[in-house]
Amino acid sequence: MRKLVGIVIVSHSEKLAAGVVEIAKMMAPDAPIAAAGGMEDGTLGTSYGKISAAVDEVYSADGVAVLMDMGSAVMTTEIVIEDMGDRKVTMLDCPLVEGAVLAAVESTGGITLEGLAEKIKEAYNVRKFPE
Amino acid sequence: MLDTAKIVEIIRAMAARIESEKDFLTQLDNEIGDGDHGTNMARGFKAVAEKLPELSGGDAGAILKGVGMQLVSNVGGASGPLYGTAFMKAGNVLNGKDKIGAQDFAQALAAAIGGIEMRGKSTEGEKTMLDALCPAYKALQEKLAAGADLKAAMGAAVEAAQKGVEYTKTIVAAKGRASYLGERSLGHQDPGATSSLYMLQEIFKCL
Repeated sequence: MRKLVGIVIVSHSEKLAAGVVEIAKMMAPDAPIAAAGGMEDGTLGTSYGKISAAVDEVYSADGVAVLMDMGSAVMTTEIVIEDMGDRKVTMLDCPLVEGAVLAAVESTGGITLEGLAEKIKEAYNVRKFPE
Repeated sequence: MLDTAKIVEIIRAMAARIESEKDFLTQLDNEIGDGDHGTNMARGFKAVAEKLPELSGGDAGAILKGVGMQLVSNVGGASGPLYGTAFMKAGNVLNGKDKIGAQDFAQALAAAIGGIEMRGKSTEGEKTMLDALCPAYKALQEKLAAGADLKAAMGAAVEAAQKGVEYTKTIVAAKGRASYLGERSLGHQDPGATSSLYMLQEIFKCL
């Protein structure tokens, strides 16, 4: 049986990553979503170890989508993915909160990782106010 | 020729230098970034120094790759994946070598720079570590091609890197957190270029 696409939220801040997961879970409580925020000691920064562990936590053969805040979050995630070889893990480029909500909802709806990579582009066009 | 003991000595010197310049690097980063460069680099190089006794049994490639992995895992800011990739790429070039000559060194530096460009999707002139490293590599290659030994060529490289650091004061940041400041980044020297200069200076001193 297929599993749900896993989601990992990477942020410099432990609180921000946990908060984004919290918001995404409001809409999709059953989504396999894990936070990788801050350094091991809770200070600001991105941690290779935390990102790897979060991917492992939600990984299945159906893959994992990783959403990042900025800078080293993106670069550290890139290295984690390179080191995981041929495991199915993809970074998605999107606004973090809107993207996380969309990804969590779509995951519990049974979307594939490839489908989510396409669908996430909609998060680019989410407006807070209509033009 | 540099043997692995010399490479370990250089890495140790870099770690000590970063630790002693930690507050200055953080101060530079406070001016135009997120104020963590010194703290992050010191944390990364402390982890490197602790790992060195274990790494020192390997060949030159293994040592540098081990250093890179420690930086990636422990720095926490952008300099972690950037310098980490640089050391890992340099390590790939030196795989299996117990002694490295001037040409090996130049190739490793070129690979390190290529790694930073790839990881940061960046080029020279964007107010980054590349503004110290690229001119340094160019000067090194020119001196080596003219028949200079590695020590003399590294002397020229350090001089070029110093000019590169000065040059970063005159340009607007196009990459990294400082790019959010736009014109306000003018007049400030780049923290990453500065830490790159320190590493090159430590290589020179140890030769």
